[in-house]
Amino acid sequence: MSIVVEQRGLDPAPAGAVVDPRRRRLLGLVLLVVLLAAAAVLSLVVGARALSPAEVWQGMFGDPGTDQRLTEIALIIHTSRIPRTVLAVVAGLALGIAGALIQGHTRNPIADTGLLGVNAGASFAVVLAVYLFGLGNPLQYMWFAFLGAAASGVVVFGLSSLGRGAGNPLTLALAGQGVTIFLAAMTTAVALQDKASLDVLRFWNAGSVQGVGWNVIAVAAGFVGIGLLLALVNLPTLNLLNLGDDVARGLGVNIVTGRTVGVVAITLLAGAATAACGPIAFLGLMVAHIARWITGPDYRFLVPFAGLLGGIVLLLADIAGRLVVRPAELQAGIVVALLGAPFFAALVWLGKFRQA
Amino acid sequence: MSTTTTDTSTEKMHAGVRVGGWSWVWRPWLVLATAGLAVATFLVFCISIAIGDFTIDLPAVIRTIFGQGERVDEFVIMDLRMPRALVGLIVGVALGISGALTQSIARNALASPDVLGITAGASATAIFVVTTSGGAVLGSSLGLPVAALAGGLGTGLLVYFLAWQKGIDGFRLILIGVSVSAVMTALTTWLLVLADIRDVARAQAWLVGSLDSRSWTEVWTSLWVTIALVVVVLAVSFHLRPMHFGDDVAAGLGVRYSVVRAVLLLCAVLLAGVAVSAAGPVPFVALVAPQITMRLMRTPVPPLVGSGLFGALLLISSDLIARQVLPNDLPVGIVTAMIGGPFLVYLLVRANVKRPA
Repeated sequence: MSIVVEQRGLDPAPAGAVVDPRRRRLLGLVLLVVLLAAAAVLSLVVGARALSPAEVWQGMFGDPGTDQRLTEIALIIHTSRIPRTVLAVVAGLALGIAGALIQGHTRNPIADTGLLGVNAGASFAVVLAVYLFGLGNPLQYMWFAFLGAAASGVVVFGLSSLGRGAGNPLTLALAGQGVTIFLAAMTTAVALQDKASLDVLRFWNAGSVQGVGWNVIAVAAGFVGIGLLLALVNLPTLNLLNLGDDVARGLGVNIVTGRTVGVVAITLLAGAATAACGPIAFLGLMVAHIARWITGPDYRFLVPFAGLLGGIVLLLADIAGRLVVRPAELQAGIVVALLGAPFFAALVWLGKFRQA
Repeated sequence: MSTTTTDTSTEKMHAGVRVGGWSWVWRPWLVLATAGLAVATFLVFCISIAIGDFTIDLPAVIRTIFGQGERVDEFVIMDLRMPRALVGLIVGVALGISGALTQSIARNALASPDVLGITAGASATAIFVVTTSGGAVLGSSLGLPVAALAGGLGTGLLVYFLAWQKGIDGFRLILIGVSVSAVMTALTTWLLVLADIRDVARAQAWLVGSLDSRSWTEVWTSLWVTIALVVVVLAVSFHLRPMHFGDDVAAGLGVRYSVVRAVLLLCAVLLAGVAVSAAGPVPFVALVAPQITMRLMRTPVPPLVGSGLFGALLLISSDLIARQVLPNDLPVGIVTAMIGGPFLVYLLVRANVKRPA
């Protein structure tokens, strides 16, 4: 079974895989989990105020008592560093898995939440909510972000799959671009009507894991959890779907159910991450390609790899953002875009995307 | 993807015209349609000037434009309304021709300065200047245009060189453009996060493309640069036609295509840069105008003059809608985005549906 799958993916299986591939991939998964943990620790240590691991430990679990310094450290750790680290892991995981799933279901190597107009839809919904209902609390407007993300994603995907050009990378990118520019102008139109919306929007637009409260993280994590379960259920089906619809049907796969589960999972994952952090483009695209280089096209491995890589990359991007423009911070979404867009350009240059 | 503009099979045979050493193909419909478009553009231009806080009737507007008007009308028209309308006209022409050039060179209907990242690059440098100078530059006549022009040119060159791989392929050019565009947008977002909220409001209004409160200084600078570029384009574009048959045929017909293409692409980038510096990155005009003109005039590729005229018509009408129909004096870019976004999607869907198996 797995041999067939390896030959029918987007890329051929890596040559010279002499070691038992399954064992190698499991080792890879363990390695990525370790890396994720290391990045998380780094995220707790690094910041405007550098703390030693020992101080972090004391701040997390120790009793500060009357020690002024320890009380301060505990405050930084508990109100800032832990929440942003947790959110970066959750959102990175969600966006990585969503990216891999989108690419799998559309068989389009260019598919990404940012390019699909999901981000623009979420931004528009947020600014509309702030303007119309005066919502200032992320917990309130994240629901709108969620709806906007889902709606525009479905519209772009629907438009690009009309007619025979379906699945053409260029069609999808341009449908996304068209909807994005359209929605961005509408967003600006609303934001220009009042300063409060504009101020919320410009920070939201940057995409950041900082300053998000536990209540928002909890809601987002809930949706991501459901999305993850659906994604895992979907993986064996996705492998069969990639053999082509006819073959999959012949093997007894219910195509409509398989695709629907996939789309719902993608929407939950990307929508929740975008609602909590704001738009983060190119992350899913980037890690899905890196994961494919490591694992080959078997989605049962590709998707978890992409998820873990997503968490690691978003954590590292957030950490880098704290360091490069000290004492100010560069939002994680901007760092990811500055990394991801050249990555994308390099893929184009290497001829990874071909005109269908 | 069948959105390439090269489709010579539908072209009918036409008689030739020869004057001295020059010869053209005589296409009555093309001439007629161009003339009609010019008249329509002039009319909408006059209507745009006529309508405002108080309306001046159309004959009076036309009399005033030709220097025969009354003194009150002259003040309102020449000092208040004319600069805005003229900037709209110039920017529309620049964007229309710029789009027609990029679409012809990439042989793809979707290759416009917006998609190729040129306007995003111009915006990023302009916003950099606006936010670092504390908004002082927005009022001045030099800093912003120069910054936008430099940014547009730099980004255009970057995209061209990144997409170059033993030649330029339209597909690669567009995807590289999309990614460079994303980098520029990310930089713009970052600048907006760092900036003072008052600068952000100004910058944001400018970022969507606006003709609000333009003066004669903007008219003159953009006018001269645009005229110079259009002259170059029309002189060189004589060599453009054979290129639609492909590089090899063009070379066989004696066109030094790499030079012609480089010169025209440079002009396209500069035209887009001038437009952005005068009115901000007005979206979609450069994409939509050439495509509609091509269909209107039944030509296989976007005609340059017609695309410029249609760009002006589109921009001035959109500005009129923005001023008179939408609430709160919204910028013109909102209207062009409302028209252009769906049009882009229409182009994609139509191209897909028509695509042969």
